[in-house]
Amino acid sequence: MKAFSYERAQSPAQAAAAAFKPGAKFIAGGTNLLDLMKLEIEAPTHLIDVNGLNLDRIESTPEGGLRIGALVRNTDLAADARVRRDYALLTRALVAGASGQLRNKATTAGNLLQRTRCPYFYDTNQACNKRQPGSGCAAIGGISRQLAVVGASEACIATHPSDMAVALRALDATVETVRADGTSREIPIAAFYRAPGATPHLETVLERGELITAVTLPRPIGGIHLYHKVRDRASYAFALVSVGAIIQPDGTGRVALGGVAHQPWRVEAAEADLPQGAKAVAAKLMEGARPTEQNAFKLPLVERTLASVIAQSKGAAS
Amino acid sequence: MRFDVPATTNPIDQLKVVGRATDRIDGPLKTTGRATYAYEWKEFSTWPAYGYVVGAGIAKGRIAQIHLREAYATPGVLAIVTAQNAGPLGKGRLNTARLLGGPEIEHYHQAVAVVVAETFEQARAAANLVRVDYVRSDGAFDLAAAMGSAQPKSKPGGHADSAVGDFEGAFAAAPVTLDATYTTPDQSHAMMEPQASIAEWDGERLTLWTATQMVAWTVADLSATLKIPKENVRVLSPFVGGGFGSKLFLRCDALLAALGARAARRPVKVALTRPQSINNTTHRPATIQRIRLGAGSDGKITAIGHESWSGNLKGGGPESATGQTRLLYAGANRKTALRLAVLDLPEGNAMRAPGEAPGLMALEIAMDEMAEKLGLDPVEFRIRNDTQVDPEKPERPFSQRKLIECLRSGAERFGWERRNPIPAKVRDGRWLIGLGMAAAFRNNIQMPSAARVRLEADGRVTVETDMTDIGTGTYTILAQTAAEMMGLPIQKVSVALGDSDFPVSCGSGGQFGASNSTSSVYAACIKLREAVAQRLGFDPEQTEFADELVKFGARSVPLAQAADGKSLEAEDRIEYGDLTKKFQQSTFGAHFVEAAVDAATGEIRLRRMLAVCAAGRIINPKSARSQLIGAMTMGAGAALMEELTVDKRLGFFVNHDLAGYEVPVHADIPHLEAYFLDETDPTSSPMKAKGVAELGICGVAAAVANAVYNATGVRVRDYPVTLDKLIDRLPPVEV
Repeated sequence: MKAFSYERAQSPAQAAAAAFKPGAKFIAGGTNLLDLMKLEIEAPTHLIDVNGLNLDRIESTPEGGLRIGALVRNTDLAADARVRRDYALLTRALVAGASGQLRNKATTAGNLLQRTRCPYFYDTNQACNKRQPGSGCAAIGGISRQLAVVGASEACIATHPSDMAVALRALDATVETVRADGTSREIPIAAFYRAPGATPHLETVLERGELITAVTLPRPIGGIHLYHKVRDRASYAFALVSVGAIIQPDGTGRVALGGVAHQPWRVEAAEADLPQGAKAVAAKLMEGARPTEQNAFKLPLVERTLASVIAQSKGAAS
Repeated sequence: MRFDVPATTNPIDQLKVVGRATDRIDGPLKTTGRATYAYEWKEFSTWPAYGYVVGAGIAKGRIAQIHLREAYATPGVLAIVTAQNAGPLGKGRLNTARLLGGPEIEHYHQAVAVVVAETFEQARAAANLVRVDYVRSDGAFDLAAAMGSAQPKSKPGGHADSAVGDFEGAFAAAPVTLDATYTTPDQSHAMMEPQASIAEWDGERLTLWTATQMVAWTVADLSATLKIPKENVRVLSPFVGGGFGSKLFLRCDALLAALGARAARRPVKVALTRPQSINNTTHRPATIQRIRLGAGSDGKITAIGHESWSGNLKGGGPESATGQTRLLYAGANRKTALRLAVLDLPEGNAMRAPGEAPGLMALEIAMDEMAEKLGLDPVEFRIRNDTQVDPEKPERPFSQRKLIECLRSGAERFGWERRNPIPAKVRDGRWLIGLGMAAAFRNNIQMPSAARVRLEADGRVTVETDMTDIGTGTYTILAQTAAEMMGLPIQKVSVALGDSDFPVSCGSGGQFGASNSTSSVYAACIKLREAVAQRLGFDPEQTEFADELVKFGARSVPLAQAADGKSLEAEDRIEYGDLTKKFQQSTFGAHFVEAAVDAATGEIRLRRMLAVCAAGRIINPKSARSQLIGAMTMGAGAALMEELTVDKRLGFFVNHDLAGYEVPVHADIPHLEAYFLDETDPTSSPMKAKGVAELGICGVAAAVANAVYNATGVRVRDYPVTLDKLIDRLPPVEV
C-alpha cells in the first residue's frame, strides 16, 4: 500500500471539490478499495472519507418512488420494508451478493463503483488495460470462464461484479451526483456505465471529483420480482450468470443480466418477446456475443436461467 | 519399544479414558485466543521486524537485473535479502525447487527477495518497489500436452508399475469392459493459517517459531539450507492452524525469516499471502487417469488396469494415484502404471490423502460405470469384488477389512434401497435428485515415534514430544493415552508439543499421526510404570495403575505419593517390525451422497452425505468425527468447485486467492452423518488404532459425481463437476 493522506469531508460539495485533485479518491465502506490498495491495484495519494455526510437515509420521493442515500449500507437497503414490498428484485439481488459482514459495511454508491474481479486485474505481474492502460489484456486467450461474453472489446473482457447494479438497471434507477464545481446532475443507470472500448479503465461517466449522493427509484411497477444468481458455490461467490426479472401477470416484463458483460446488461428491445418465453429474449440479449471456448456455456445458461425465472414467476403468481 | 508381534490385552483395553468422546484439552485456549500461533509470538527482547516476500513475476527464466535502490530508500526498511547477498545456501532434502530463487527462476512466485522493515506496511510498500528485469524462457505448463514425454516414476521406495497375470489378454476376453479416462485438477490446501514463521538468532544459534506439521523435517531441511549444524536450530510449533500437507515441508517463510533476521540483526517475522501460498508453495498435482475394467457376466472383475499421468518440476515426484487400485478389489489380472512429466508449474506435493484422494476420484466413478454396464447395484458390485487378501500376494491377508460391513451399514442407514437405478427419473420441483456412493480406502502407515513422560512431584503427568497438533486433536488423544496408562483422570495430564527439544515423533501427515504418536506415549508410560513400581518396591509385572492409585497385591499407594516430591521421567520410542509385510494394514469406508441438480441451470447442491468407516480403534470419537466430516466437506469441494486454473501460456495458477479458488461454505454443506464401526487392529500398534483423517476424503468426490450422474444421466469424468459440463445435456426447460 502506498502512503496516502486522509480527510473527512464536511459536505458533498466540499468532498467533490477536494476529490478534483489528482490522485484523490472517496472512501465509504472500503470493502473493495482497501483490498485493492493493499495490492497497489489502486494507489490513491489522498482519501476523502465521506462516511459523515448524512447520506444514509431512504426517503419517499414526491413522484412515489424512493431516494436511497449513497451511504445506505447494503444490509439496511435490503431490509427496508418499502424496498422489500415494492422493489423486491433489489432486496433479492443484494442478499445474493457478498457476505453478511461485507453487506453490513458496503454502501449503495460503493457497490455501483466496485471494480471487476477478473483475476488478471488482480495480479500486478500480468498485463491489464483496466489496471494499467495500454499494457494489454492477459485474460484474452487466458482463463476466461468467469469473464464477459457480450459487450466486451479487444482491450478488455472483464465483467462488472455487482448484483445490486443488475437490479437497479432493471428498475430504471437514476444516479444523483454532485460535481466538483458544486453543480448536481441526474444520470439514468442505463447511461451510467461505459462500454470498455479502448479505454476499459474508464468505467462510468462520472467526472473527476464527481460524488454520488443518492440513487432514486421511480414509482413501483408491481409484478413478480425474481433474481437468480447462478454460481458453482451456493453462497459468497460471484455470478457465472445472474438474471434479474420483473414479470407482470400478462407475461410482459423486464430483464437484466449480471456476470456476462462489462456492466449490468439489459436490452430493452428484447423484452417485448418475454410473453413468448425465454428463447427469443435470450437471443436478443446475447446478440453479438463473442464467447471464448471456456465461457460459451453462458449463452445457453442465460436462456435456461431466464426460462426458469419465467417459470418460477408463473408458479409464484398462481 | 519394538512392536513386532500383534498386540494382546494391554492397559489401553480398559477404555476408561481412551475410546471415549472427549473435549479437546486445548479447546479453551483456542476459543479464548490464548493459543499462540506462529506469527503471534511476543516474547522477544527486541520487537520483531517484518519481512515481506517478493515473488517472481514469471514462471521460467532468469533474473537479468534486480533493482533495490528505490526499496532501500523507503522509510523503515532494514534489510533486503536476495540470492545475491544471502550467502551460500543449500537445499532441503524434501524441497524440489529452491526456496530463494535467482538468477534462475523455476516457477511463478518463487521467492526472489524478502524486504525487512519496521512495520508490515513499510515492508509491503517497499517490496512493491523492488523491480526485477526478467529474461523469460519457454516452459511446459500443460499436462495433457506433456503426456507423451512422461516417464515411469514412483515415490521413493515404490514401484512405478505393477502387473499380475495377463491384464491385456483378460481385458480383451472379458464380456463386459470399461475403458475411460478421468481428470483431476491441481488443488490448493487452502488451510486457514498461512505459512508463517518468526526467526531469532542468538550468535550462531537460530530459534524458529513456525507452523509445521513435521518439526524434525523442518530442523533438518532448514539446517541443510542454511548450512549450519542441526544442533544450532530450534523449532517451535505448538499450535498450527491447519495443514493438509501444506506444512509438511520447509517453505520460504521460514528460510526468509532466518535470512532476514540475520541481515537485520533482530527477530523477523514472515507470513505468506494467500496468492503466495498458492503459487509459491506446494499443491496437489493434476492427474489424467485411464482406467480399464473387465468383468464376467457374474459381475466378478477379471481385469483391472489403472494408469495415471501427473507432472512436476524436474526432480519432483508423481501423484501416486494408482496405489489403491492394487489393493481395493479382487481380480486375477492386474496392471497399474505411474507416469510423470516435467512441468514448470509450482511444486506439486502431498495434500490430504495424496494418491488415494485423486485415485479414488477416478476409480470409484469407473466402478459406478461398470456396475451400470453389468446391471448391478453399485454397492453389490463392490461387495462381489471384495478381497480379504492382497490381490497381488494372496498369501498376505488384510489385518482387518470391514469394507463390506461399511457398505451394508451405510446403505441401510442412508436408505440406499430407495435409489432409482435408472438416471434422471427422480424430480422434486425444479430439482433432479440422485443418489451416489463410493468406497473409501487409505493405508495405515507405521512410523517410529518417540515421547517423554514425567510423573511430576505433585502427581500430575506431563507428556513431551515434538509431535504437532494441526487441528486434528493430538493434544487430547496423547492426554487420553497417558491418563489411561497411568490410571489418572485426563485433567491430571499435561501435554507439550511441537518443540524440537522434545523427543522426535512421527509428526502429522499421511493419517499416521494418531496411532504412532499415541503408541510412543504408550511405550514411554510402560517405562514410567516400571520406574514407579520399582521406586515403591512393587513387582512391575503385577502392578496396576487405576483410580490415581498404584496397586500391588493388597497394597495401594496414591500415584502422587509415589512421586514423593521428586519427579520421575521415562522416554521411549515406538519402533516396528515386519507386521506391515505380513499383513496389509488399511482403513476402509463407504460414502453415500444425495445430490440435487437444478434442471434448468445445472447448479448442483448436496442434500445429504453419510459415511461409515472402519479404521481400527477410535481413540477419541469426538475429534475423529470432526476429522471425518471435515474431510467429507473437503471432498465435496473437490467434487464441485476446487480447481487451480492453469494459464498454459504464462504458467501459473490464475485463481490464486480465496475469491477465485472456491472452497465450500456453510451453504454448500448439507446434513452430514459419520459413523465408525467397532474395530480394533492388533497388528497396527499397541493402541490397535489406525488413522481416519485422510480416509474421510477418499471416495467422497466420486460419490458426489455418481449422485450427479444418477440425478441427470450426464456422466462427468473431469473434475470439478460444474454446471458448464452438464448444461448441454440437461432436459429442455418447461415454461
